[in-house]
Amino acid sequence: MEGGVAYENDLNLKETELRLGLPGTGSTIEKGVSAARNNKRPLPETREEGGANGKPDAQHDDQENAPAPKAQIVGWPPIRSYRKNSLQPKKAEAEAAAGMYVKVSMDGAPYLRKIDLTVYKGYPELLRALENMFKLTIGEYSEREGYKGSEYAPTYEDKDGDWMLVGDVPWEMFLSSCKKLRIIKGSEAIGLGCGA
Amino acid sequence: MGPNPKMRKEFFDSTRSSPFPDEVLERVLSLLKSHKDRSAVSLVCKDWYNAESWSRAHVFIGNCYSVSPEIVARRFPRVKSVTLKGKPRFSDFNLVPENWGADVHPWLVVFAAKYPFLEELRLKRMAVSDESLEFLAINFPNFKVLSLLSCDGFSTDGLAAIATHCKNLTQLDIHENGIDDKSGSWLSCFPENFTSLEVLNFANLNTDVNFDALERLVSRCKSLKVLKASKSISLEHLQRLLVCAPQLIELGTGSLMPELTACQYAQLENAFNQLKNLSTLSGLWEASAPYLPVLYPACTNLTFLNLSYAFLQSHELESLLCQCPHLRRLWVLDTVGDKGLEAVGSNCPLLEELRVFPADPFDEEVIHGVTEAGFLAVSYGCRRLHYVLYFCRQMTNAAVATIVQNCPDFTHFRLCIMNPGQPDYVTNEPMDEAFGAVVRTCTKLQRLSVSGLLTDLTFEYIGQYAKNLETLSVAFAGSSDRGMQCMLEGCPKLRKLEIRDCPFGNAALLSGLEKYESMRSLWMSACNVTMNGCRLLAREMPRLNVEVMKDDGSDDSQADKVYVYRSVVGPRRDAPPCVLTLSGL
Repeated sequence: MEGGVAYENDLNLKETELRLGLPGTGSTIEKGVSAARNNKRPLPETREEGGANGKPDAQHDDQENAPAPKAQIVGWPPIRSYRKNSLQPKKAEAEAAAGMYVKVSMDGAPYLRKIDLTVYKGYPELLRALENMFKLTIGEYSEREGYKGSEYAPTYEDKDGDWMLVGDVPWEMFLSSCKKLRIIKGSEAIGLGCGA
Repeated sequence: MGPNPKMRKEFFDSTRSSPFPDEVLERVLSLLKSHKDRSAVSLVCKDWYNAESWSRAHVFIGNCYSVSPEIVARRFPRVKSVTLKGKPRFSDFNLVPENWGADVHPWLVVFAAKYPFLEELRLKRMAVSDESLEFLAINFPNFKVLSLLSCDGFSTDGLAAIATHCKNLTQLDIHENGIDDKSGSWLSCFPENFTSLEVLNFANLNTDVNFDALERLVSRCKSLKVLKASKSISLEHLQRLLVCAPQLIELGTGSLMPELTACQYAQLENAFNQLKNLSTLSGLWEASAPYLPVLYPACTNLTFLNLSYAFLQSHELESLLCQCPHLRRLWVLDTVGDKGLEAVGSNCPLLEELRVFPADPFDEEVIHGVTEAGFLAVSYGCRRLHYVLYFCRQMTNAAVATIVQNCPDFTHFRLCIMNPGQPDYVTNEPMDEAFGAVVRTCTKLQRLSVSGLLTDLTFEYIGQYAKNLETLSVAFAGSSDRGMQCMLEGCPKLRKLEIRDCPFGNAALLSGLEKYESMRSLWMSACNVTMNGCRLLAREMPRLNVEVMKDDGSDDSQADKVYVYRSVVGPRRDAPPCVLTLSGL
């Protein structure tokens, strides 16, 4: 569980990694492993950008607690089937292709992006891509202190629904457990490094 | 000698023959193009009615069930061009079953007999089969223009028949249809000696066409003005096409996915540079930022830019807009965000129409899209704006009031706050005042779509102020029957009213008894109307067709979907089992 912050390849954590199965498989096994490593950094609750006076409306509260999808109303919003079908297959195709698409959101950006994690060979490439995509610098990773030197930090939601700092787990494990990415900024980012 | 009273009487006698010979009258009337003007003219007197009927070359039928093809042919013997609309608009949003009707075939059969020289057919929301397309292709030797918008029931085989047989075709416009896209071979069916095409829009289709056939077709059709390609056309293909057709006025690109070498990029840029006359640009599927600049040279004279299938970010949009100083119409996806709309406000002073579509309408995890801020920014910069379609996730009354103050000339105001029944997100109040401001300020308003949390007050405002309103769409709104009554009593020019998921019941439905004959149609779904209410309406108003569709598992007494329309031919005889016709009972 040493620092091992050589940023070149896999964050050099391979030697210290407890592995009970093949990399990228067996999520239940991974869960046990990651819990044992106790590497989860507590993140401030994801706050949806609700109204101007920060009043999250009821629907957003629902999303935070119980992420059950709302039943879609037939024919609403009123988008022509043609348009729906033109835009949806693009997403569906992308997901069906041999790739692993996850959404990336950034605080303050009006829109989500989607990236295919499998095109990156490791964290350095991923972070460079994120920097390019959102036109910002993320800084250097350190296990103890998170991302220093920048007001941004990349986080991700794993299969347990917990928010983790990108880089905390080996790359392969990250690939298998990452559900979505979120780049947080400001005080939240700085607070991450300090654990509790 | 005083004026001769007998002469005066003759002068004012409206049944007296026209002072002009019929041929002159017909000649004069043939200059009238607007079908509304022609309808008015036909009411002056019998002579004018006859002259107008003989001189009418184009007939517009807004509801295919309001009249029969035989009646049309009897009245207008010399028609060359027909526009026909079928299903209720909510069929676009899957609210109408597939086999509902609006089959074009019976019309084609009559036209083949009565209008063998028919040249143009434009269909919207009609059911069109391959057999019908083949029938059309074979039976009308002068056929020139086919436009299919939001139609369904046909496949690319039907297009093959058109391409094969229509020797004089000038326009093939296949737009947003539910088409069975089997193969691209239809395009190869145009004969090698076929050169008359002026408009080709096959953006709807996905299967690959034979590119060489397309290239040859474009090369030999020297009058081609409009070319809208499908996604299957790559950038490299596009470059070759543009080289053949620098005279294009409207272009729909294929896919803008990056696959070009530097040399190919330069060639493409050069090709766009040749397009001096381009006024409309669309397509741009999967538009990718590095390749947008290739379009810039063609943008100088653009008046209509359709980016509604391009996932652009704000800065990408801004760079593109800087190239288009004459833009009048802009369609975008909400990926551009409020910041992108600020760029619109700053760069498009001549803008008249803006449509902002949601890229992810069903995804709850999207944080923003566009908000009231974007709309406001546009209104400050684009004072000539008169048509807006705006999908957003939040809005305020104050913003809308300011927007219409900046742009009082709205004729079409379609605002969709995507979460049903959502209030003003700052004050938590209903959005009544927003739409009140719209109808009060925009006296020329013809079309309105409302959304958000709305009480009957909105409809009181609409009834009181919207004196030019013709089309009104209402969803998840209103508090009581009074809301609908206000609309029906107040809007003298109302022609199309479509309502869904509102608490309007029989009293509201029946308050419009006198009104519906002056309207094209009424749609009400998921409201509180019952079968008895509909039966009463049908009984009282025999010249209306009252049709009800029931949802699976609904109460026997509920009229889940109601469609009411005036007709001179009585209840239709082709209604499927799921449509209950209540008229004439």
